[in-house]
Amino acid sequence: MADDKDSGEMGLQEIQKKIKDAFEVFDHESNDTVDVREIGTIIRSLGCCPSEGELHDLIAEVEEEEPTGYIRLEKFLPMMVKVLLERRYRPIPEDLLLQAFEVLDAAKEGFLTKEELMKYMTEEGEPFTQEEMEEMLSAALDPETNTIQYRDYLAMMVIDEN
Amino acid sequence: FKAAVLIQRWYRRYIARLEMRRRCTWSIFQSIEYAGQQDQVKLHDFFSYLVDHFTPSSHNERDFLSCMFTEKRLLKDPEMEKYCDYESIEVPDYYTGPHVSFPLLPDHATALVEAFKQKKQLHARYVVNILHEARNHLIQLPNINRISTCYSEEITVCGDLHGQLDDLIFIFYKNGLPSPERSYVFNGDFVDRGKGSIEILMILFAFMLVYPKEFHLNRGNHEDHIVNLRYGFTKEVMHKYKVHGKKILKMLQEVFCWLPLATLIDGKVLIIHGGISDKTNLELLEKLERHKIISTMKYTKKPEKEKLVEESRSSSPWFPLKSRSVPSSPLRLSPQKGSRSASIPCSFIPNRKEISKRVRKSVQLELEKCRQQVGVSEFKVQEELPLLPPESELDSCDLEGVNYEEWKQVADILWSDPMPQEGCKANTARGEGCYFGPNVTEQMLQRHNLQFLIRSHECKPEGYEFCHNRKVLTIFSASNYYEVGSNRGAYVKLGRDLIPHIVQYQANRATHTLTMRQRISRVEESALRALREKLFAHSSSLLGAFKSYDLDGTNFITLSDWSAAVESVLHLGLPWRVLRPQLVTHTTNNMLEYKSWLNDLAKEQLSHENIQSSLLEVLYRNRSNLETIFRIIDSDHSGLISFDEFRQIWKLFSSHMNIDISDESICDLARSIDFNKDGNIDINEFLEAFRLVEQSYLEDKDSELKTSETSDSSCSSQGIH
Repeated sequence: MADDKDSGEMGLQEIQKKIKDAFEVFDHESNDTVDVREIGTIIRSLGCCPSEGELHDLIAEVEEEEPTGYIRLEKFLPMMVKVLLERRYRPIPEDLLLQAFEVLDAAKEGFLTKEELMKYMTEEGEPFTQEEMEEMLSAALDPETNTIQYRDYLAMMVIDEN
Repeated sequence: FKAAVLIQRWYRRYIARLEMRRRCTWSIFQSIEYAGQQDQVKLHDFFSYLVDHFTPSSHNERDFLSCMFTEKRLLKDPEMEKYCDYESIEVPDYYTGPHVSFPLLPDHATALVEAFKQKKQLHARYVVNILHEARNHLIQLPNINRISTCYSEEITVCGDLHGQLDDLIFIFYKNGLPSPERSYVFNGDFVDRGKGSIEILMILFAFMLVYPKEFHLNRGNHEDHIVNLRYGFTKEVMHKYKVHGKKILKMLQEVFCWLPLATLIDGKVLIIHGGISDKTNLELLEKLERHKIISTMKYTKKPEKEKLVEESRSSSPWFPLKSRSVPSSPLRLSPQKGSRSASIPCSFIPNRKEISKRVRKSVQLELEKCRQQVGVSEFKVQEELPLLPPESELDSCDLEGVNYEEWKQVADILWSDPMPQEGCKANTARGEGCYFGPNVTEQMLQRHNLQFLIRSHECKPEGYEFCHNRKVLTIFSASNYYEVGSNRGAYVKLGRDLIPHIVQYQANRATHTLTMRQRISRVEESALRALREKLFAHSSSLLGAFKSYDLDGTNFITLSDWSAAVESVLHLGLPWRVLRPQLVTHTTNNMLEYKSWLNDLAKEQLSHENIQSSLLEVLYRNRSNLETIFRIIDSDHSGLISFDEFRQIWKLFSSHMNIDISDESICDLARSIDFNKDGNIDINEFLEAFRLVEQSYLEDKDSELKTSETSDSSCSSQGIH
């Protein structure tokens, strides 16, 4: 994806401007702060794919000593530049994702039932909220068979990202 | 389980990217919408400019201008009666729409809703009748409606509907029809943009007449004929009512200005359409004569001796000059420019040089006029000037009861927006009203012992939004406002406890079946299309900006420079680096070959080669301005303007905007549109041509839109070849 290549080859200035742009989208008061709950979205939209745990660590790095609920750009910027330059939290390649699904598909049938997916996503790992689960199902579920044909689903999502 | 975490990580990132796209899409729509609003303001400045600088060289041109500026009001009642003489309008036998008779009964109103659901159209006679009765009712109402939760258990407040009939029908379906037990307040902006504006008005007025104590309407900034010219209501009326449209529009002016300005529930909850300013004063609002404010888009004073003005037509350009007639007061405003207080009249461009230039010009013009008319209206000259003693501030002038201060009060109520920062400053995005901060809200609540404010005016993704510590609630009832899937609509219910209960909806079954991804993609595509259109419209400026970054003449610029250049030309304040992947698709070594990028843009927008791309670009950019101007010129709403009028207006427009298009190409253009060669141009067809250009891009690229050199295309639907 274009973003990944870019962050490696572009100069430092360009990276900084990119981060600032993304930050500004959520800076509703135009005072260089964003709500801490939006940081995850910003970081991810810049091309990184951290887990929730990794995200919390990042937030802890940039929070104020006494958490105000807001993150300031001046703290966020250097941290984010480092993350991008070090190419941390790279997105997961497609084949790895496919493997992940296959691991969950104990019966190796090429699909997951709705109940199976729900169970794994809401009980294992870093569980989904009900909203996240519903949203994922709405796109992934094949209404006729009531299953998730994960190969097709992945293929569709990957195209979409590009 | 590592596998689970992996999937979740990936999925969350995916959602985050979607969210980012959604936000960007939202900003695109908003900034384009506000840019459009600013255009409107610029248009008014254009007219003021015309008055200042344009010395009519011919009698025709003077008449032309004067008929644009003089507003003939139907002030006197007997005149009004004659005008809305609906009895004479006959309803033919073949009419299958709803019938209306007075006194209006609840069944009639319900029948209207049913009929509109079945896409029937109400006959002009009944429209005029309802408007007539509505006006009679509204005249009796105070500026601020005071209602109480004692009479009805609960009150439902709805926000902007903007002609979206489906949303109104949905609200009544979900919440129930109005009744003595079910009160409704509709907070303005019933019309414009959507296609069902007149139907919405009919329903709202009908219920207001049936349940006068329980059904209330507030005026919004779109209940204004000047705004309607631009945003579609005028067009809709003329299209649906070809014979009586003009009459209906004229009557609407008289109805809109009688709409109440605000509603107060239990003396505790204030409902206004836009917002407040630090100067908002309920006592003042209650006292002023609201019907004298026909439009909040421009401040014009009515001459005290109206008859005198109309007698000597040659001095009609004199009339708008009065709004700046005292040389000294605008001068006094210049030093105050530093503090952007809300008292600076919004029709001024806040630019010191401009103001002093104008003042000089207007003084000169004035002196010239004085000299010219020394014989005829000398006494008039002497009469008017002393009315405005040089020392007085602009806001203490008092002509016919509506002074500047009062007008500003109303403009603030109808146009302001809340902002997170403290303070109160002029609303530059909209051109009228202000931005008000939490401290202004707090002061207002304390001053008048209120609990909170309900307002509308701004589209919100969830249909509603609290701000200022939950003291201000924005409620917006037009779902899918920008595009299918763009946002929800909402309404709020208040019971005796005055605790707001919000109900959201999205009146389009299709959106429910779409996933979030699909919804966002659709809206996004729509926004990007609009954005590309804007980019195209500024092609030449963009080329200039790109060149300035490409000093070596390599024809390449970096992507970073692209972002900077685009922002410097468009001034939309959008996150260009985030949007870039969607707008720039071909890069080599991270460099963009800008000329071919611009060409690609042009190819998307054009479907024919007959008009040079620069001309089309210019017309495109000014399309909505042109449309508005056309509609103003076409004062009899016939849909036709003469060839000469077209040329004239284009000349004026291009000199004001410093557009360099040769007279000849405009003539060619005009001639090619004049299909029947009778010297008249059908406005709608001219504009339709642009729509077709847009459409052909949307449809299959290999559609066959034949372009013909000559103008004898018999099929007029092809527009400009």
